[in-house]
Amino acid sequence: MSPDGVLGFFRRLGGFVGSLALTLLGLTAVTFGIGRFIPVDPVLAVVGDHATRDIYDKARLAMGLDRSIAEQYLIYLRKVASGDLGQSVITSHSILADLMQFFPATLELSTVATVIGVALGVPAGVAAAAYKGKWPDQILRVVGLFGYSMPIFWLGLVGLAIFYGRLGWAAGPGRLDVGYDDIVTARTGVILVDSALAGEWEVFRNAAAHLVLPGLLLGYVSLAYIARMTRSFMIDQLSQEYVVAARIKGRSFWGAVWGHAFPNIMVPLITVVGLSYASLLEGAVLTESVFVWPGLGLYITRSLFNADMNAVLGGTLMVGATFIGINLLCDFLYKVFDPRLRSA
Amino acid sequence: MTIELTPENPPQVVPLAHWLLSDAPTSRRQAVLGNLTRGMFALAANPAALIGLLIVLALVTIAAFAPLVAGFRSPIEQDLVHRLAAPSGDHWFGTDELGRDILARTAYGARVTLTIVMLVSILVAPIGLAVGTTAGYLGGWVDAILMRITDIFLAFPRLVLALAFSAALGPGIENAVIAISLTAWPPYARIARAETVSIARSDFIAAVVLQGASTWRVLFRHIVPLCISSVIVRLTLDMAGIILTAAGLGFLGLGAQPPTAEWGAMVSTGRDVIFDQWWVATIPGLAIFIVSLGFNLLGDGLRDVFDPKNT
Repeated sequence: MSPDGVLGFFRRLGGFVGSLALTLLGLTAVTFGIGRFIPVDPVLAVVGDHATRDIYDKARLAMGLDRSIAEQYLIYLRKVASGDLGQSVITSHSILADLMQFFPATLELSTVATVIGVALGVPAGVAAAAYKGKWPDQILRVVGLFGYSMPIFWLGLVGLAIFYGRLGWAAGPGRLDVGYDDIVTARTGVILVDSALAGEWEVFRNAAAHLVLPGLLLGYVSLAYIARMTRSFMIDQLSQEYVVAARIKGRSFWGAVWGHAFPNIMVPLITVVGLSYASLLEGAVLTESVFVWPGLGLYITRSLFNADMNAVLGGTLMVGATFIGINLLCDFLYKVFDPRLRSA
Repeated sequence: MTIELTPENPPQVVPLAHWLLSDAPTSRRQAVLGNLTRGMFALAANPAALIGLLIVLALVTIAAFAPLVAGFRSPIEQDLVHRLAAPSGDHWFGTDELGRDILARTAYGARVTLTIVMLVSILVAPIGLAVGTTAGYLGGWVDAILMRITDIFLAFPRLVLALAFSAALGPGIENAVIAISLTAWPPYARIARAETVSIARSDFIAAVVLQGASTWRVLFRHIVPLCISSVIVRLTLDMAGIILTAAGLGFLGLGAQPPTAEWGAMVSTGRDVIFDQWWVATIPGLAIFIVSLGFNLLGDGLRDVFDPKNT
């Protein structure tokens, strides 16, 4: 890299860190705002309706609610930065510990879905671009449109009814059947990894069976997006003259597609995969609810109905921060690795 | 002066189509109507978009004539004797766990969906337009600050944030609308800003500025009208997403509250009986799917017509 390139890299790195910090600050401002301005009295939520005036005032002081809003926000920021998201009213654990326990399930599901989305979506997108306007393209268009228009929670329910209820091909809701619980000690929290490490292949098979339906469901959503983007990147490349040049030199059509055009779409494609992964981490809320999958989404919605606002906001902050982090990181990597954007 | 109509002096009949499609419109109204006509012809040549348009029109018709479609059955009247009845001649789509007619509930649910979609559009488009055009036209630090805020909101996770907002505001349609709008406006600001930046450099803006037009007059009388078409195209494309988010909130119990017939909430009540009484959850889910599909088809078509460079 030239000195100028190194300088540019550090400038970009600075920009990335700056916008990351600013966006996370915005996110904390929103969660703080929601927590502070909900129409319920936060003190009453802690001390209950029957507390005496004295206890009420003490709790109010202890919670720092007598200070100015700006001061309260700074205190909140300091707490969040040190990983203190408060305590769950329901489980009485620290929110961070709760989130750490629920996160691996979401991670497992989104990863499986992304693998499915990439494995099927990229070849489908390339094929659609190569046969632009012909039947593979039309089929992909319909598949994509259906994916964009499908209420995922409904498709999940129908899938459960057919493949679990009627046909018995897939396992039901949850991560494991009842008999398989607690056989494997949780090391990573990702059951597929834990059971493989412990050599418990029966547990592994059971966990995989439970992953099939929700994984395919989210994988379909991810496929629709990845395939559409791959197609449009590929169409751009295939109209370039270097593809014609490769063909004239005697390269076969598919050789030109995979050998010359495809490497050129790798960088934007990796960005798209990252974005899709981030949106799956977030979008799994509905799927987790349908499949009673004990991930972050289920944790947030359950806390919501138990009026456990600390847990809801902590979960929102965690999902939001992960989402924002992956989003901005993809954007940064894209700019660093695409030479065309380096000078801009 | 009046012109006498005689056989030697026939009235100057200009066929309507000729007037509409004229290359040299003589009034603003003629230009606008002409563009609309051309757009409609292009849209009519696109079968997918036409299907989308038909679905959207059907949604509007069903919402408007919901009592008629429901056969004058009430969407909330319970009939516990006939609960969970399978689809039949009497109840075309069957009944739910309280014996309510699912056809009636689906028809009235169209009203809820349409209300949400319209309210979100009314909130989101003006916010996006105001932020985007102001940032694009004024430039400088106003632009920097406004677009920073837009970027921050753009990077937020939509569903989870809408979830947190409706949790804080309490469940209900209005709050679901506010929650969705708060997370949906940034793309409109981006689009409006991009359009404004290119419009602001044109000669006709310089001309009205030289004539003494105020900044606000330039913004709202000259720039905003030109941004509206791309905002509308984007809105149509976003409709499916808005409907799906609203239905998702309804499914989680954060949208319309019982006994209001809302499609997402209807799927949720059908969830417990999905293995035995499939129709309770399946019918409203199909309605959500068909309507989203309609908006997606129409949006794709509109984009092809009005914004050919983005296909």
